[in-house]
Amino acid sequence: MPTYKAPLDDMKFVLNDVIDYARLTSLPGYAEFDAETAMSVLEGAAQFCEEVLQPINQSGDAEGCRIENGAVSTPAGFKAAYHQYVASGWPALSADDTFGGQGFPQTLRFAVEEMICASNLSFGMFPGLSHGAYHALLMHGTDALKSAWLPKLVSGEWSGTMCLTEAHCGTDLGLLTTKAVPRDDGSYAITGNKIFISAGDHDLTDNIVHLVLARLPDAPPGIKGISLFIVPKFLLDANGAPGAENGVRCVSIEHKMGIKASPTCVLAFEDSIGWLVGETNKGMRGMFTMMNAARLAVGMQGLGLSEVSYQNAVSYAKDRLQGRALTGPKNPSGPADPLIVHPDVRRSLMTIRAFNEGARALSLWVGTHIDIEEKHPDPAVQKDADDFVALMTPIVKAYFTDMGFECTNLALQIYGGHGYIREYGMEQFVRDARIAQIYEGANGIQALDLVGRKLPAEGGRMLRFFFHPLSDRLERTAADAQLKEFAEPMAKAFGRLQQATQFIALKSMANPDEAGAASTDYLRMFGLIALGDMWLRMAEAAYAKMPAANGDLAFYDAKIKTARFFFTKMLPEVHGLFARIMAGAEPVMALEAEVF
Amino acid sequence: MAIEIRRAAVVGAGTMGSGIAAHLANAGIPVLLLDIVPPGATDRNVLAAGALTRMRTQQPLPFMSADAAALVTPGNVEDDLDALRDVDWIIEAVFEDPAVKAPLYKKLDAARRAGSIITSNTSTIPLHDLIAGQSDAFAADFAVTHFFNPPRYMRLLELVTGPRTRPEVTAALRDTCDVRLGKGVVICKDTPGFIANRIGTFFMYCAMHEALRHGLSVEEADAVCGKPMGLPKTGIFGLTDLVGLDLMPHIMKSFHATLPAGDAFLALPTTFTPMETLIAAGNTGRKSKGGGFTRLTTDAKGARIKQVVDLATGEYRAERTPTLASLSAARGRNALKTLVTFDDRGGKFAASLLTQALSYAASLVPAIADRVSAVDAAMRFGYGWTFGPFELIDQLGASAFAELLTKHGIAVPALVAMNKPFYRTEAGVLEELLPSGEYSAVPRPDGVVTLADVKRAAKPVMKNGSASVWDIGDGVLCLEFTSKMNTLDPDIMAMIRQIIGAVGDGNGAYKALVIQNDGENFSVGANLALAMFSLNIAAWSAVEQSIADGQNTYAAMQHAPFPVVGAPAGMAFGGATEILLHCDAVQAAAETYMGLVETGVGIIPGWGGCKELLLRHVGPVQADAAKAMAATGQIFQTIAMAKTSTSAADARTLGYLRSTDGVTMNRERLLSDAKAKALSLVGGYTSPAPRSVVLSGARGRTKLMAGVTALAEAGKVTVHDQVVASHLATVVTGGDTDGATPLDETALLALERAHFMQLAHTTGTIARIEHMLATGKPLRN
Repeated sequence: MPTYKAPLDDMKFVLNDVIDYARLTSLPGYAEFDAETAMSVLEGAAQFCEEVLQPINQSGDAEGCRIENGAVSTPAGFKAAYHQYVASGWPALSADDTFGGQGFPQTLRFAVEEMICASNLSFGMFPGLSHGAYHALLMHGTDALKSAWLPKLVSGEWSGTMCLTEAHCGTDLGLLTTKAVPRDDGSYAITGNKIFISAGDHDLTDNIVHLVLARLPDAPPGIKGISLFIVPKFLLDANGAPGAENGVRCVSIEHKMGIKASPTCVLAFEDSIGWLVGETNKGMRGMFTMMNAARLAVGMQGLGLSEVSYQNAVSYAKDRLQGRALTGPKNPSGPADPLIVHPDVRRSLMTIRAFNEGARALSLWVGTHIDIEEKHPDPAVQKDADDFVALMTPIVKAYFTDMGFECTNLALQIYGGHGYIREYGMEQFVRDARIAQIYEGANGIQALDLVGRKLPAEGGRMLRFFFHPLSDRLERTAADAQLKEFAEPMAKAFGRLQQATQFIALKSMANPDEAGAASTDYLRMFGLIALGDMWLRMAEAAYAKMPAANGDLAFYDAKIKTARFFFTKMLPEVHGLFARIMAGAEPVMALEAEVF
Repeated sequence: MAIEIRRAAVVGAGTMGSGIAAHLANAGIPVLLLDIVPPGATDRNVLAAGALTRMRTQQPLPFMSADAAALVTPGNVEDDLDALRDVDWIIEAVFEDPAVKAPLYKKLDAARRAGSIITSNTSTIPLHDLIAGQSDAFAADFAVTHFFNPPRYMRLLELVTGPRTRPEVTAALRDTCDVRLGKGVVICKDTPGFIANRIGTFFMYCAMHEALRHGLSVEEADAVCGKPMGLPKTGIFGLTDLVGLDLMPHIMKSFHATLPAGDAFLALPTTFTPMETLIAAGNTGRKSKGGGFTRLTTDAKGARIKQVVDLATGEYRAERTPTLASLSAARGRNALKTLVTFDDRGGKFAASLLTQALSYAASLVPAIADRVSAVDAAMRFGYGWTFGPFELIDQLGASAFAELLTKHGIAVPALVAMNKPFYRTEAGVLEELLPSGEYSAVPRPDGVVTLADVKRAAKPVMKNGSASVWDIGDGVLCLEFTSKMNTLDPDIMAMIRQIIGAVGDGNGAYKALVIQNDGENFSVGANLALAMFSLNIAAWSAVEQSIADGQNTYAAMQHAPFPVVGAPAGMAFGGATEILLHCDAVQAAAETYMGLVETGVGIIPGWGGCKELLLRHVGPVQADAAKAMAATGQIFQTIAMAKTSTSAADARTLGYLRSTDGVTMNRERLLSDAKAKALSLVGGYTSPAPRSVVLSGARGRTKLMAGVTALAEAGKVTVHDQVVASHLATVVTGGDTDGATPLDETALLALERAHFMQLAHTTGTIARIEHMLATGKPLRN
């Protein structure tokens, strides 16, 4: 059975020495959440994830969810774990304190999410979707809706969902047909079918709050005619407690490749009562509020699974004796050497490690910008931070989940045949990782979002908050004796990113296919550069800490060595991607569609 | 014998009369501006003098320069009639009442010199009524010259002559109005409202009624008439607000009094209830406090907001962005076709409006003009339509339009029934359909060659994504910018270098270059969006390279062994002013707005603009330190304050144009004039020798910055203004020069480049560029 140990030391290093977590405490409302408090929260989360969630991950996968008489039940242990999760106050961690939240910085939620996803991704789906619903209501709901629904969403007593997809439309939501008919009391009657609704029905909470996209009778066609509604499973009685059923029925649950302990439901709404969230026909706004938060959260799923598969692959590679090192026996007294002596096994392990540590730093860095965006008193600073988050969202979502799938695969490979069988749990990580590349906007859509929306927006404004600090850092570190070895390849790679960015911006004006053809390569290139930026910062921090490191010297030494691996073995992929991007759209589009 | 207009008089110093007088002065013609002596006036010229005073601050400016303003002499019709003897052309612009005009004409006829021309600016009274009862000599020398408001800016001049008008009078008026006043002269027949107002008023009334009938809001109707039909942004209701709601019933009444029975105009309802309600409430349009169909007001939070009248309720409400599906659908090549067949309120409105209005226009030829091109030109020049009515019918196709008419129960006019396109291109010549069914070349006034004509007849000699090069005959090439808003970008720079290569020593097939285009604006300057993108991705070396490329390209053009003539019209800002500064000569349209506006976006001119102004204005006086400093100070001010000229004449005052640079009043003649200028430079042409200039260095910089500091203390310049000013001061005083060694062109360009780059790195400059791109307005940070 796989094991998991939350990477608290690394998180601590990132928070304190790389991203300057302490500066968040100067934001309004954050004074009490200093680094020490932050670490104690993360320690608590680690313990919960390691001791409660991780042990029911493999069993949950084996058992899966069931539906009987329209009611969905979760696998053994999930209910108890969820109640413990609620009792410990985890759902409220970074929620607004007006509605019973604890008001912790969002940055910490990123770290906690990584741990939850690493220990039990299926479980993480329930609170994850609740948070999306919470956020959309908080941003777009009326005061009445907020006070009725938010406190119990925040506490975790009720859970939430996002009901977007219908059988004939996923990516293209403009086609959706679920109807919302106004009722005399200002509410709406919602009728229609939704599919792929994660946590659409389950036995963990007393009520489920669905956020549903639907169309008013006189709405214009397409994406501009969609409104957002809150539709509960049970209507509230006079005391605000769940009462009458509301015509929301779970028709079936999907049989799927992974996240089997998370029910993926087909929901039927029949004259279900709902209330408008935000303005009529502006539902996509609220939807995007949910989606953007959810996309970052999905990115963390890639990282979490990569981390847990790494930890298990490392212990297997150290324990499993098989064959001899190419340079002669390293375990002469034993029957064979451990797998870890093999350069190719090392390559896999180092790749996963370098991704995990870089991605962790990047995710927390993005997290600090969400806090700045939400709390900073200066609207101009808020806008800049928001732009940075908007830019990085498709990168975190797509690059982290592509790498999550690659890395869980690399980890599985180290197990050989044992990775392919269920017993060791490695194939579950691969299966669970696969969905993250698909939902909340497939990764191809993320790449289009990056090149089509984020890159050209306001003359490339969003890019500034990534390109300028990096350009300054490269200028500064170019002459540094220790950092030069990393800054030089990084500067070359960054130059490629600049050229590719310019190329796409110019080419796509004349032919949008150019942006489309370059998009996936460009997003990956951007992801690598973003990780490189974090590795440059981590190397700088590690060198700075080394002279007074005492017992932690090995930690910082490992950082430098992993940085070296990243800059020499991973970053060069940028140049291949560059060549592909510069080859343009023609080779991609040349073959006539009929010939396929 | 040809009549030459040396002096003129305008009688009637109201809005139109004084505006016409100002424009005659713009053309260099001395004008006597006369009005009556109001009872009890101490200053007997008070009306004309008052008009002149008013025009000094009036926007848009009626005068192109102070010199022009000095050409108008105020007077009155009692004391100054003798002076009319020296005048070649008298324009009457008094109240639209034959009872006022007739006795005045008698008076003028008695006072004027025999053979002088007399015209009326009437918009409603037929010529034959005006000459009734006047002398034979009067009738022979009389015509209608109908200007549009404001006379300096509206290009249409409707010229109406009678059967007794002498041909010499017609010719003199046509040529003077065309060449000297720069008007688009359209010859009209003597019918009510002539061309533009007859069709334009019909269109407006019809549109208002159809909007109400089909349930369109003010914004929706204006939007449907806007882009897809090609009416100006003001729209139908906006134009009514501008004209004045209270005038509309008068205009309507006048048409009802004069139009022949059976005219479709008479079938339109004479009243429009929402308009009557507004007029009754005193909301007569832009001139009234209450507004008209639209008004600007402040909301509860004190923000300025635009409101419009709900046509159904008569109440004002906040302006809304129209979301009609027909509007979204009506784009691209077949926009109009899509629009009139679209099944929503917008489509139905468009179909009813266009069937009535376009068929009305088609039914009026040849009654109001011999040619459809005259009608189209009148609507373009006079009402700012992008397409005239016949061009619109061509977009729909004559047979499709005829079908649409039948569907709407409207008789198909004979012109449409011929089922032929109104315009076609035959062997590179634009032809129009005559009422006879024959085609004939669209007439062009003598000497007019437009780039559009050239383009119709040939393929470009060279072409890339942002520029084309045309052979305009006699060995002269024309460089046309084709980028969005004609912004200057790397493709244009590449094209200039390609031209330099192609022309070579100027002794081959090509010997001169003209830079001109038919766009509304010559060029709004460098492509800021491109620069912003490079800045955003920290591509500093790419930015510096683009500065160097521009400098080198302009310098290469300046020193190329063939003459280059720049021919701007409209805006020529920033990098566009700089390209003109590098031309051997400029032939500018009178309405040319030049300016080195870079400081508005936090940078300094980097494509040789600073260099050229220094060489041009400091160079000649460099031996005299005081004069050199004064010239440097002027340049510093001009650039620091981003001064833009309000006309070509003003560009001369600001030092952007030389006294030898030419001005063309009629934009359609700009290319011919520029070409002539280029050819005049060809014989014995030598490119300018390398120049240098002595600049004052640190001493001068201190002086300039002392002025800036004083302004800063007075709170008149912002923090970043001071940063920009200090870089500019350094450049225009030659950086760390010793104050004695001449700086050559290369040194000046290096200075410009270095300080441009330093500014480009500042957050203040990035914020300015960003703000300009987002809002079109400068940021005062």
